[in-house]
Amino acid sequence: MGMSDLFQDYSEAAGRTGAYDEMFAPGQQARPSYEQVADALRKLSLADVSARADSMARTFLDRGVTFDFAGEERPFPLDIVPRVIPAAEWDVMERGVAQRVRALEAFLNDVYDKMTVVSDGVIPRQLVTTSAHFHRQVHGFEPAGGVRVHISGIDVVRDAAGTFRVLEDNVRVPSGVSYVLENRRAMAKGLPEAFGQQLIRPVEEYPRRLLSALRKTAPSGVDDPTVVVLTPGVFNSAYFEHTLLAGLMGVELVEGRDLICRGNRVYMRTTAGEQRVDVIYKRIDDDFLDPLQFRADSMLGCPGLVNAARAGGVTIANAVGNGVADDKLVYSYVPDLIRYYLSEEPIIANVDTFRLEEKEAREYTLDNLAELVVKPVDGSGGKGLVIGPDASNDELDALRQRIIADPRGWIAQPVLQLSTVPTLSGDKFGPRHVDLRPFAVNDGDNVWVLPGGLTRVALKEGSLIVNSSQGGGSKDTWVLADSPQMPVESVPRQSISVRERVSVWPVESNWRDRQSEQQQ
Amino acid sequence: MLSRIAESLFWIGRYVERADGTARILDVHLERLNHLPMDERKSVAQELLAVMGARPQSDDFGLPELLHALAYDKTSATSIAGSLGAARENARRARETVSSGLWESLNTTYYGLSQHRKDVVGTYRFCNWTLERTAMVSGLADTTVSHDESWLFLVLGRSLERADMTARMLSTRDVLSAGMSWVNMLRCAGAYESFLRTRRAAFGDQHAAEFLLLDRLFPRSIVYALRDADECLAKLDPSAQRVGFINDARRIVGQARTFLEFHRTDDLMSELPEHMERVQKAVSQASDAISRKYFNQADELAWVGEVS
Repeated sequence: MGMSDLFQDYSEAAGRTGAYDEMFAPGQQARPSYEQVADALRKLSLADVSARADSMARTFLDRGVTFDFAGEERPFPLDIVPRVIPAAEWDVMERGVAQRVRALEAFLNDVYDKMTVVSDGVIPRQLVTTSAHFHRQVHGFEPAGGVRVHISGIDVVRDAAGTFRVLEDNVRVPSGVSYVLENRRAMAKGLPEAFGQQLIRPVEEYPRRLLSALRKTAPSGVDDPTVVVLTPGVFNSAYFEHTLLAGLMGVELVEGRDLICRGNRVYMRTTAGEQRVDVIYKRIDDDFLDPLQFRADSMLGCPGLVNAARAGGVTIANAVGNGVADDKLVYSYVPDLIRYYLSEEPIIANVDTFRLEEKEAREYTLDNLAELVVKPVDGSGGKGLVIGPDASNDELDALRQRIIADPRGWIAQPVLQLSTVPTLSGDKFGPRHVDLRPFAVNDGDNVWVLPGGLTRVALKEGSLIVNSSQGGGSKDTWVLADSPQMPVESVPRQSISVRERVSVWPVESNWRDRQSEQQQ
Repeated sequence: MLSRIAESLFWIGRYVERADGTARILDVHLERLNHLPMDERKSVAQELLAVMGARPQSDDFGLPELLHALAYDKTSATSIAGSLGAARENARRARETVSSGLWESLNTTYYGLSQHRKDVVGTYRFCNWTLERTAMVSGLADTTVSHDESWLFLVLGRSLERADMTARMLSTRDVLSAGMSWVNMLRCAGAYESFLRTRRAAFGDQHAAEFLLLDRLFPRSIVYALRDADECLAKLDPSAQRVGFINDARRIVGQARTFLEFHRTDDLMSELPEHMERVQKAVSQASDAISRKYFNQADELAWVGEVS
């Protein structure tokens, strides 16, 4: 059996979706960036592919690469076909993501300070102040270290023409980078043939980049800052990621109860007494962070954190209050924000978005609900999202009522046929829709975009929902390097320089053992 | 105890540790090898084999041959299968002395050797399986054998081989210098997380090499392994002397360890090849000295025990 069997009927199925297929141009011709992968897959039989897929799944379970679903640890399904992004396309992505991060950083600094963006008429005041994640508790101070969006995950999709578009911004607690790291390790062993000769950029430096950015943004005057990762605990769905990142950065993974605030400084309880904490990588929602400021019933946070941050005694990454930038209505203004703060044109466009507080847009949306996607403005992870064409009449009616009752709470977008990549399903490969979450790390001077990112794939045929909680899986994302000068996974071997022979040990005869001396 | 039994135990310790170290090295390097262009794979495969102490039998030595030589060749004491076979053979000859748990785990391992797919992907699983089995053997040796003389010989063999294997891990860095990052070097030794926790923000080649060579608390570091060996030797021959050491093995191991431990350098990386060579030489000389002192039957060896 060869590729022809595993890819039987692929073209037809891909044609039916009306989407852009990333591996094959029409006529089942592999695109140049996928030639290596196509070659490797061509040589495998169905039995090979299934055996490897099984082995990869087992490795994930063994290693505990899981997410928590309804109280159960599940492995995050990793498909054997990688998603490949050519260097030129990645260049656009890299610049586009970095641009967006810089604009959002400026926006957050502004809305928690003078709000010039409002007084200059770029965005309505009411829109900002009614956002569920606009926190007055953090108004009026610049965070220690000067950065608010240390870590971001800007979700990007490709439309039917193959053009990248930003779907949403995640500058609160973007998760998923652990799967990027684990996927690469699993793929290196699962599909080794495809790695040869191809220049794939490595992802393993992410934890080091993150740690150095966190250390760099520590409160001023701290020489050797102590960084911790703050987790809500073992029941959180991303707990695996928290442990992995803390482990790879070599820092403590703390829970709220491990911390104490005193005199606007934060300490952790250790066997050697209390130890000062300078930077907290916060993996817990703002609402639960500090019972003195937010939900008073929260057992997950630590009282006093926000005041410590305000006094400059601790850096919290990402900064408290970033959620206002994730608001999907604010999202619809991001192109304007880029022009306003950076005087640049957006490099990656948004998806067309209807603001439902505007009368015409609302009326159009209400008339065409069955053809649109409607999303709550403060949701994440696909929560509350309604895809018009897939919804029943009852669901659409209910949605209509909710929109009329709270137009601020929703946005509408056309249904995008997300691009497809071949994905193993049963005994053959079929086209499945994917999105991409590139991760960026901002150390204040430079926004570094991890070459790769999390490609999520909707495993069900035709489905557009890629979330892991709703039957999504993932793919390893390979960014190709255009020159061998770039650091890549497969560095062509340089000839080993013949080192000058250094000799530091005592001369041999000094410790020759007795018998050989006797023999001489 | 009988010299013959002591020797078996010493070699069980060495062979099991050798299988473990070889599996670790192969697992990580296989990944790197796969990333190399075809024409370079051959030369790198041959160099890797040389670091592991063997020579290719023919010029046509590539990836499949490397897998055979380091993983599956039952006739070679360099391979995982060969080492585990030899360990089991030694245990069979000392069956009345070793615990049944230890014997059975070695025997089960031996029969599991042939149940693996011998392609690249299968070899990854074989390496993993080997690590699990060797951990089980070591665990059973530690918990079911009295910590008397016999256990000391086992641990002595294990510690010496461990120092040797870590030295080889560090030497492979030269073979694949461009593709072998310090991260992989540490993963090889299972030391990555331990290293990260001790080093905070200090990363890089030099620190990683230092950790594997000199760390006093990480059990697979060379200094740690040599100290273990030293302690076993001291317990085996507790006769206190006022001056010097009569025991050659103690002198060799002790000198190597103390040299490394007290050595001060600004450029560890350029000295590394020499350190590695000396450590391997010290291990083999110490092993010879131990044979002479305790086993003393070099003339009539009937099994593979002397292939080091």
